[in-house]
Formats: sequence, structure tokens, C-alpha cells
Amino acid sequence: MIDVLQLLISGISLGCVYGLIALGFVLIYKATEMVNFAQGDIMMLGAFVAFTYINTLGMPFLWGVLATIATMAVFGMLIERLALRRMIGEPPFSVLMITIGLGFIFRAAAGAIWGNDPKSIASPLTGGVLRIGDLTVGYENLAVIGGTSVLCAGLYLFFRFSRLGIAMQATSQNQLAAFYIGIPVKRIFSIVWALSCAIAAAAGILVAPVSLIDPTIGFIGIKAFAAAIVGGFGSLPGAILGGLIVGIAEQFAGLYGPTGSADISAYVIILLMLFARPEGLFATIQRKKV
Amino acid sequence: MRFIFKIRYQQDIALFRHDGQRFWYGLLAIALLLAPLGLDTFYLGELALVCIYAIAGIGLMLLVGYTGLVSLGHAAFLAIGAYAHAILMTNGVPFPVSLILASLVCAVIGAIIGLPAMRMTGIYLAIATLAFAFIVEHAIAHMEPLTGGFRGMPVPRPILFGLDLGAAVPFYFVCLFILIACLFGALNLLRSPTGRAMISIRDSEISAQSIGIDLVRTKSVAFAISAGFTGLAGGLFAHDFGYLSPDTFTILTSIQLLLMVVVGGLGSLHGVVFGAIFVVLLPQCIALVRDWLPPTVGQLPGLEPGLFGLVLMLFLIYEPLGIYGRWRKIRDYFEAFPLYRKATHKRQRSYLRTERVK
Repeated sequence: MIDVLQLLISGISLGCVYGLIALGFVLIYKATEMVNFAQGDIMMLGAFVAFTYINTLGMPFLWGVLATIATMAVFGMLIERLALRRMIGEPPFSVLMITIGLGFIFRAAAGAIWGNDPKSIASPLTGGVLRIGDLTVGYENLAVIGGTSVLCAGLYLFFRFSRLGIAMQATSQNQLAAFYIGIPVKRIFSIVWALSCAIAAAAGILVAPVSLIDPTIGFIGIKAFAAAIVGGFGSLPGAILGGLIVGIAEQFAGLYGPTGSADISAYVIILLMLFARPEGLFATIQRKKV
Repeated sequence: MRFIFKIRYQQDIALFRHDGQRFWYGLLAIALLLAPLGLDTFYLGELALVCIYAIAGIGLMLLVGYTGLVSLGHAAFLAIGAYAHAILMTNGVPFPVSLILASLVCAVIGAIIGLPAMRMTGIYLAIATLAFAFIVEHAIAHMEPLTGGFRGMPVPRPILFGLDLGAAVPFYFVCLFILIACLFGALNLLRSPTGRAMISIRDSEISAQSIGIDLVRTKSVAFAISAGFTGLAGGLFAHDFGYLSPDTFTILTSIQLLLMVVVGGLGSLHGVVFGAIFVVLLPQCIALVRDWLPPTVGQLPGLEPGLFGLVLMLFLIYEPLGIYGRWRKIRDYFEAFPLYRKATHKRQRSYLRTERVK
């Protein structure tokens, strides 16, 4: 019983990371109809930037986190301006390939700048453990769960009440109509990219104390796809829920399934989900009717 | 400027449009047949590699460039083809039969994966194929008795009627022959009703359905054919490498195949061959440049994939029609001189393509 609970908690904390990356996908997909395959690699860059600020430059942890998020937001805006703005109106396939190319470039750049050895970030929570009866939970895992909850609440309020958030929703529903009523669609795209990169950076900072960072951790972005697909690819709460499902499934597959099933459980979930219910748990996509 | 005066309907679907094409392709064929006389073993090997990549590229081009479906997992079909071929040959099936069987195995698996995958479009299919590729890679590593697991498996030498086809010159001719056969096959497919149905699905799924095209059937046929071509290339790759292991064909290989199709020029079989030449030449060029660069940059492990990514992006942004598109622009410029207009090749942008309802 205690095993199951323990697995559940580590599954939830892993799932939160997947969910956060998936949130980045979904944000960009909703607002711009682009799928960002580089999201995992942006998370990796975020973790490395945080490493530079906190470990190399010796900033206090909290300031380092804020500086990282700000840096990555500007970075996201730059990506949009330099690469993706030119692709507006091009076939979706081209956009997808652009982001794949970006992912490769980021990975190579990270390897060149920070090297390929795994690194860890010293956070004030590292090593601490919370004990409830027989249950032990690392503070890092709690930080992941807590951080995700705070971010989700913040995003919910942002989209529900702020002018900018509502403009983003409008853009995501119909770009042309949003343009006609005077929403600066291009600027909204930039801001969405900044927001999504900031979320990725937050995910990177949260994941860094739990697992070591190296240029290949961006590949967990592919597992985050599973999360986004389970959630329906257009739904923000769906992304987080999908992340939790994938994370928990992975932990349990690792313990009870045959060897190696933890590695592929996310991919099996993708295929099963796409075969059984391709529109996801929270359907937002339908075939266009003529 | 050449004007083709068409007097028969047959001319619309002729393989060669005019005598000039016949002349140049004939010259190219002669040059390729005589290549072993002038080139040493290394360059012949590279040329054979171009042929193999081009065969795989035809498969992917039929899917991406002509049917408009994206696959991020075509390396899986290369792997299945290579392993099926190697396993069949180890069990004593003769070389040509084994190659064809390997290709059929891929086509069947492609159809099985493709059939349910056809209910989804665009991004979903791309992710499904990506997941499929990871699962195949994993399965190969864990099906030890059949595939040798992580230890890998050796590929028997291709021997036909007592002749060793694995040596440089015969292998080159085998690859060249298969490539030409595949090109003819693809060209014929594209002027048949099935090929035309594929193209119409690429251009608009809704209008294709409205004129009575069975979407699911056509898409699965396209997927199966594409997987079959790629599996064939996989079998040839097995001989080129001589030894197979689970990490022979990875996600990077899938991306490399896509890079080939994009850089060559989407929607043209010329593009496949240009792309194959490019993909084979690029690592050689990188190796050359590596010596020039300062060692800290030149010895980076991620340099090659990074440059792949960069090239891919530059092409998509500045030359979305690829090398073949650039070649056509240059040709048109000289044919129409001095009346060439840039707008001739301008692509229509489309802003409303959403399938979301909320």
C-alpha cells in the first residue's frame, strides 16, 4: 500500500513536469496553430540558463529563477520574431519542420556552451525530506507539485480576467476575426511564445533538482506530447491532467511491467489514445464541415 | 523558350515530355553506367549510398510530398526492412526474394499502422508515427532471439548465382537498378488513378472526398506503398552497413529522411535525388570544414545534427521549394530571358485552415 502511495507521489511530480511542458505546446498550438517540437529543448535551455545564473554567477536562488524566466521569455519572443513570424501562412508541415530544426540547433548549442556532462542545480530544497508515517517525499518533488499548482492558478486567472489573456483566447479561436476587431495578432503571437518559453523555463528549473540536466533531457518533450494528446491538444487543464496520467502510468509500468516498459509507456499511451479517441479527453478539434 | 504543342491526350501523361528530356536523361544514364570505370571504390560506395537514400526518399516523398501526410517515424520502416531482410537471408532465403519479402513486410506493417492512423490528420499522424518509431526501436532491442538485441546481428553477404553482389561495383549496379525501377514505379503510380487521388488529398481533403475519393483507402494505400519503398531501402542499407544494431536507425535518421525530402524539393521526384545527393554530401563537407575550424568548435559532438537543423531551417524560410525549386527558377529565368517574373513561383499563403471548433 505504501509502495503504491509512494509511486503515486513520484508519478504526480513527474507528471507535473510533463504537464508543464505540454502546457507550453498547447498554449502555442491554441494561439498560433503551430506545434512546437522544440518545447522540450527550450525547457533544457531554461534549466541551463538557471544553472548559469545560480551556480556560475552565484545569484541567490529566487533571483536566479526570476532572471531565468525573464531571459527565456525574451528568448521566446526572439524565436518567434526571427524564425516563426516568416512562416505565418505557410503549410503546417513547414512550421513543424522549422521547430524540429530549432530543437536540433538548441541541443547542439547547449552542448557547445555547457558541455555534455550532466549538471545539477543547488536549490535550497535539495536533500530535504518530508516524512508522513512511512511515506517519504523529497522536498524537490513537493516543489514540483507546488510550483505547477501555482503556475496553473496564475495562468487560469490570467486567461480568465486579464485583457491580454482574453485577447489571446480570441486570437486562438479565430485569428482573422481577432485581427478584424483590432487585436494585434502578430504581437499576441510574440507574447504567446514568450509565455510558453517562460513556462518551459519554469519546468526546467523545477526538474533540474530532481534529475540531472544535460543537453538530451529535451527528449522528455516527446513524452509531454503524450500528455498533450491525452488532454486533447487544445485544452489547458487537459494538458496538466494528461501529464499526470502519463507520469503515474510510467511509474507504475516501471515497477509492475516488464523491463523497459517505463521507457515506452508514454509512446504506447500516445498510440492507444490516438487509436481509441484521437480527439483526446477534452475534445476541441473537429473535422471542418463544408 | 520551348512550347510543347500537344496533339494527343497521351502527351499529358507521357513520362518524357519532349526529346530534350530524352536526350539528357539518356546521357545521364550512360554516365551512371560508365561511372565504375572512372571512380574509385570510395566514391562508388557514396554513389550507391545516394541511390539507397533516394529509394527511401521516394517512399517518404510519396507520403509527404504527394499525399500530404507527415511521418516522423520512417526510420522504423528502414529498421524493419533491414532486420527482416537480414533475418530472412540468415535463414537461407535468396537475396532478391528476401529483399522483396522485406519490402512487403514493411508495406503490411505500414498498412496496419496506417489504417487507424488515417483517422487523424496532420500533427496527430506525425506524433503517432514518432511514437511508433520509438516502440519499434525498443522492440528490436528487446526481441533478443530474433534480432540479437543490443549485441546486434551480422548481415549475410548478398550472393546471387555464385556472384558476390556485396563488392563495390556489383552493389552499385544493384542499387542503381533498384533506384531506377523504383523511380519508374513511382512515376507510373503518380499518373495512375491512385496517384492522382493521393495528390488531390494533399491539395484538399474535403474536395477530394467530394469528388468521390475514398480517403481512408487512398491514405492507407499511400502509407503502405511508402513503407514498402522505405523497407526496400532498409534491406539495401543492411548490406551497406554489414552489421545491424538497435541504434542504427534512430529518430535522427527519420529527421534526416525528412530533411532530404524538404531540401530536395517537396512534391517532385527530382527533389528526392537532389536531396539524397545533399544528405550524402553534407557529412563529407562537414568533415572537410571540421579541419578548418578551431578544435573547440570543430570537435563538438552535436555539430552534425545542429548543422542539419540549421540547413533545414534556412531552406524552409528562404527556399521552401528546395533545390529542385531553385533549379526550376534558374531554368525559367534563362528560358524566359529577359521577361522572367519573380511572382511566377510565388506561393499562395493560407491563413484560415483551422479545424478547431473552440
